[in-house]
Amino acid sequence: MITARIARVALATSFVCAAAQAKDTVRIAFVGPLTGGNSAIGLGGRNSADLAVRLRNADAKSKYQYELVVLDDECKPDAGVQVATKAASDRGIAAGVTHYCSVVAMATVDTYHRFGLPTIVWGAVLPDITYKNDYKEIHRVNGTMINQNDTNAKFITERGYKKFAILHDTTDYGKGHDKYFTEFVKKYGGEVVADLGVGADQQDFTAELTQIQAAKPQVLYFGGLTPIGVRIRAQMDKLGLNAQFDGTSGIVSDDFIRGLGPLAEGVLAFREGGPAEKLPGGQFFLEKYKAQNYPNPPEAYGPFAYAAAVLLMDTIEKTGPDRKKIIAELAKVKGRDSIVGTITFDDHGQNTVPAITKYVVQDGKWVLWEESEYASGKRKLAGK
Amino acid sequence: MTLALFAQYVMNGAMLGMMYALVAVGFTLFFGVLDVIQFSHGDVLAAGAFLALGTWVALTKLGVVSPVLLLAAVVVVSALGTALLGAVFARTLVLPLKGAPQLNVLLVTLMMGTVLREAIRLFYPGGSQPQLFPALLPTTAYGVGGFHLRLDNAILLMAGALLIAATHFFITRTRIGLAIRAVAQDEETARTMGIDFRRIVLVTFGIGSALAAVAGVMDGLYYNEIFFGMGLLLGVIGFAAAIIGGLGNLYGAILGGFLFAALQTIGAVALPFASAYKDVFAFAVVIAIMAARPTGLIGERASERV
Repeated sequence: MITARIARVALATSFVCAAAQAKDTVRIAFVGPLTGGNSAIGLGGRNSADLAVRLRNADAKSKYQYELVVLDDECKPDAGVQVATKAASDRGIAAGVTHYCSVVAMATVDTYHRFGLPTIVWGAVLPDITYKNDYKEIHRVNGTMINQNDTNAKFITERGYKKFAILHDTTDYGKGHDKYFTEFVKKYGGEVVADLGVGADQQDFTAELTQIQAAKPQVLYFGGLTPIGVRIRAQMDKLGLNAQFDGTSGIVSDDFIRGLGPLAEGVLAFREGGPAEKLPGGQFFLEKYKAQNYPNPPEAYGPFAYAAAVLLMDTIEKTGPDRKKIIAELAKVKGRDSIVGTITFDDHGQNTVPAITKYVVQDGKWVLWEESEYASGKRKLAGK
Repeated sequence: MTLALFAQYVMNGAMLGMMYALVAVGFTLFFGVLDVIQFSHGDVLAAGAFLALGTWVALTKLGVVSPVLLLAAVVVVSALGTALLGAVFARTLVLPLKGAPQLNVLLVTLMMGTVLREAIRLFYPGGSQPQLFPALLPTTAYGVGGFHLRLDNAILLMAGALLIAATHFFITRTRIGLAIRAVAQDEETARTMGIDFRRIVLVTFGIGSALAAVAGVMDGLYYNEIFFGMGLLLGVIGFAAAIIGGLGNLYGAILGGFLFAALQTIGAVALPFASAYKDVFAFAVVIAIMAARPTGLIGERASERV
């Protein structure tokens, strides 16, 4: 009697377990700046990756249950290496959607390589991240600063500007922008009248800006991220420096506009990939994102984080949560449709996206250049 | 370099120098009366700035719109609140350690600074992000050639100068100031003359901290942005300024503050390498000055303390 009852209970228990384990759980890491001056972008990226995971888990056809492990790199190399090690050394994590800040992405590639964790960079633009080493683990869905600066320099010289001042932060990220923009702007016939490097957390730029003012540039190109971009634009105004502000993908964030208010008007910036709302599936992404009621917007790089997470999960569906197999499978990605355009990884894991989107701030929003009143001639850029 | 350009550099440097001087005066006051280095002074400055911002947010929520009223309230609340904070620090952390090795005080204030900094980061809403500081001063600008003067900057500079002059007047011309100087010169004798030593220490910490709060508000008004770690570098620079001027000497602190700002400006403008090295340059010169004049530029003589 008793044995029969025990057997029955045991049987019932095993049924319950079997139901819960119908799908194995696979863990994916998301790493980005969740605190500090660049956290708006980081939170947007996190939400977007989270959205990808939620949508996949809601899909009955998927083989696995996915779990997103969220880590904060603070946009600082030391903090980044710490969390990268945490993620990479955890064998339960199959792959990672990693980093917006170039300095952090650059600092962590060795860690991912050593532990063999397949990662897809979702926002950092320094070319060296994918090209400096031959690490099979590292991939990137967004483009590099080379294409970005080429487009930027061509565009801005075509607007008739001739004299340029460059202000960049002295991290690898800022120095990279300085190098490529200088190269391209000279190629397109521009003249660099001043080129200054500043600290990445500097507060006061009045001395540098006064120096720049003396050189009388028509355009101030800024190679750096949002926090000091805000300070520089604000202090330009205090000194009465009326050059056109020309930025990089590093300032395409809502925080840039929030930090400046009306002073942000007419600022230019460039970002790799097409605009989400124009791409196949982009509208779908934006709608779903809205439906989740996240407290912060996806920001400029949210779509990339989403695309990276989707690409990883697609791969894992095929290979299972085996790091080596995932890496082998990612190497074969060619002409894959995504919400940021077609993804094709070259032999360095770099997506060869041709499209660069041009932005201008108009009435407190980043507006596509082609759709702006600046392009139609209704409003004028500085000095025009 | 044209004259207008030169004037612009001087104006930029003066603004920085004023903030550094206000911080340095605090260091010098504390050292004068109690022979202690208050290493959380920079974070007290940040606390003052955030107190000011909090006051502004609260008042605008209550519907106050007059910029004059807002500015007055912000400055007064910030200065008084921070003065109280400084006095509480002195009462609970510094005075009980009197007689203990100086290193202990240094360590305790250093740790208190970290506590304060992290408290701002964790408890101020959105404290880990840089916060937008409202522009409460008129932004009319005057331009002469390459020289660009904004009314708000001119007001800030004037207010700073007045404040330093007022502090000087208070120390040299009032009874409490006399008592502070007496304590600074010889604590034992001052006590036997009937001076309430505890009270003088608390008042001094209050004044020094209030000056830091005003420097914090100036910083906010000038850059239109404050963040929880703003006191870190300002504290170190203020301390360095007090040292090169001659710790314990009021004029020395002011001189040191402006000198440091001048060095930074020179570092950014006149040197051939990247201006990111301006702090490296400025601090290197500070080291050289300390090597040449260990007691500071205006050397401390026992009779001229504070």
